[in-house]
Amino acid sequence: MNSPAPRALIAEDEPLLAAALQQELARAWPDLQVVAIVGDGLSAVRQALALQPDVLFFDIRMPGQSGLDAAVELADAWPTDGPTSRPFPALVFVTAYDQYAVQAFEAQAVDYLLKPVQAARLQKTVQKLQLALASKAPAAIDLEATMAQLRHLLVAPGVAAPAPANAPAAAPSVPAASAPLTLIQASSGTQIHMVPVSDVLYFEAADKYVRVLTAAREYLIRTPLKDLIGQLDTQEFWQIHRSTLVRASCITTVSRDEAGKLHLELAGRPEKLPVSRLYAHLFKAM
Amino acid sequence: MTLRRDFTGISKLRHYLQVLAFTLVVATIQYAFMPEKPYGPPVVYSVLIGTFTWAIIDLGRELVPSAAETGWPQGWQGIALVAAGIVVGYLAGTRLADALCVYYFHFYPADASLSGADTRTSILITAIAGLVGSYYFYAIHKSAYLEDKMDEARMHASEARLKLLETQLEPHMLFNTLANLRVLIGTDPLRAQEMLDRMIGYLRATLSASRSTQHPLENEFDRLRDYLELMAVRMGPRLAYTLDLPDALRGVPVPPLLLQPLVENAIRHGLEPQVEGGHITVRASTQPSDAGPQLVLEVSDTGAGLPATLPTPGPGQSFGLAQARERLATLHGSAGTLHLIARNEGGTSATVTFPLKSSPNP
Repeated sequence: MNSPAPRALIAEDEPLLAAALQQELARAWPDLQVVAIVGDGLSAVRQALALQPDVLFFDIRMPGQSGLDAAVELADAWPTDGPTSRPFPALVFVTAYDQYAVQAFEAQAVDYLLKPVQAARLQKTVQKLQLALASKAPAAIDLEATMAQLRHLLVAPGVAAPAPANAPAAAPSVPAASAPLTLIQASSGTQIHMVPVSDVLYFEAADKYVRVLTAAREYLIRTPLKDLIGQLDTQEFWQIHRSTLVRASCITTVSRDEAGKLHLELAGRPEKLPVSRLYAHLFKAM
Repeated sequence: MTLRRDFTGISKLRHYLQVLAFTLVVATIQYAFMPEKPYGPPVVYSVLIGTFTWAIIDLGRELVPSAAETGWPQGWQGIALVAAGIVVGYLAGTRLADALCVYYFHFYPADASLSGADTRTSILITAIAGLVGSYYFYAIHKSAYLEDKMDEARMHASEARLKLLETQLEPHMLFNTLANLRVLIGTDPLRAQEMLDRMIGYLRATLSASRSTQHPLENEFDRLRDYLELMAVRMGPRLAYTLDLPDALRGVPVPPLLLQPLVENAIRHGLEPQVEGGHITVRASTQPSDAGPQLVLEVSDTGAGLPATLPTPGPGQSFGLAQARERLATLHGSAGTLHLIARNEGGTSATVTFPLKSSPNP
């Protein structure tokens, strides 16, 4: 075999566990070269983009951002064309105890490891990874499949939000199917503006706030985008990016730039909004 | 979970047999007061009146919506049903019994010998027996219902206890700690032993917390040290902590693991999300107040700080705080307070305050 040795990146915030995974991997897969170990979700994305490894081991709970969010960001930023582009890495999530997450991983056939990582289980994962690397499909197809998995994981209870640790085991927390929000109450100074949801063109998360944009002006609210999504009609507002919810009926054109990224233009707003690769499947010519 | 429910047919039959036994008792009492008269007729009257009354009341209440609690129609409907049962039961039972008595015993109740006084007596007996019988069934149904309810409540209580235990032990924390231990056993057995000792202390405290009502503040700080040491192994240099307990306050009784959820929150919501980690300080002090000296326990961190909006009281999010508040309220009423504030220099501070003297001694 003259193919180069496979390379891996480990993202794990607990130093002992990261070192242990590296050791176990050295035993289970001597050829694998661990090119970097990072301790948070932000460095995970940076290092993965810089090093372009073949395999990623992402811890779910990490500082900065979760392993899942890191995977989404990475998939969005992964270069797909150009001479340097490599296939999207095989993804393995690592988690200590998340019954919901495990259910979701099983459902999406996403590879995962449970901590403490046991040799026999790791061996199985390694075999699957070796098989996958040997039959490497074209990058675009890989990425498409990963996107679909990640999209499902993002909405699976207990994966994106680690909340259900204390929720009743029988009933995973699902946002109550109450009547959709019709009025946004946005404060500015000493005033509260009542903004009808029907006037809103899009919502954009910005740090600790969410920007609410109508044709005429902009408001700031403190309700996180995550919570807003649950209260809005998903037919009316589409999520096109981790931080953007757009009124679907206002989208006029969708264009693709040289790098293959999609951008939206809206009736009533001058700015162009980037579409995450994760949600690019929403826009296909009929 | 299912409430105990008899098959209706069987339960109706059982009711009827009980009614029959009751009517025989009534007839026997009647006979005992008038031994000069034959025993047969009162038995026939009693059984027939009882049968009609039972049929109307017991079968009738299947037709009207009944309260789950008692199995009886609510309000006036219940009263009307019993009254109707007694009246109709008396009239129909007496009529049929008259006919039977004439036929079998050649006993003519319509004789002039049967005075108005006798009629009044048997109406009275029917009414009393009907009311007593109805009340009896009403009461046993209600007590069976209450017993079911108690079973249900017991079941809920143990479920809640289990839930609480699961929260206190936090499986995620447990398995991560075990994963670390597994590594240390191979690489650094001495440190592994030390970590295991911390974990034993933590587990022992968590499991027995609900059983003891108070322990000295010193013990509380020891338990916090166990927990923080466990977390320090896991988080490495990302966690630093200071425990500040003045000697004078070592013996002050406090509810066990009162501060534990506050420290857990500081780690989970403050330090863990932050790439660079942070510092946790737990400090005990006293402050004067109108109602005498107060104990002040402060857990502060240099973590990510409070979100712009407090987490919606969704699952798990504010459980630790709610639990601590509840325990304070139970022990000290409004004199015990818990404040959560965003610190100016970043991070979060949780402060528990309660009277130093009035706390009940164990």
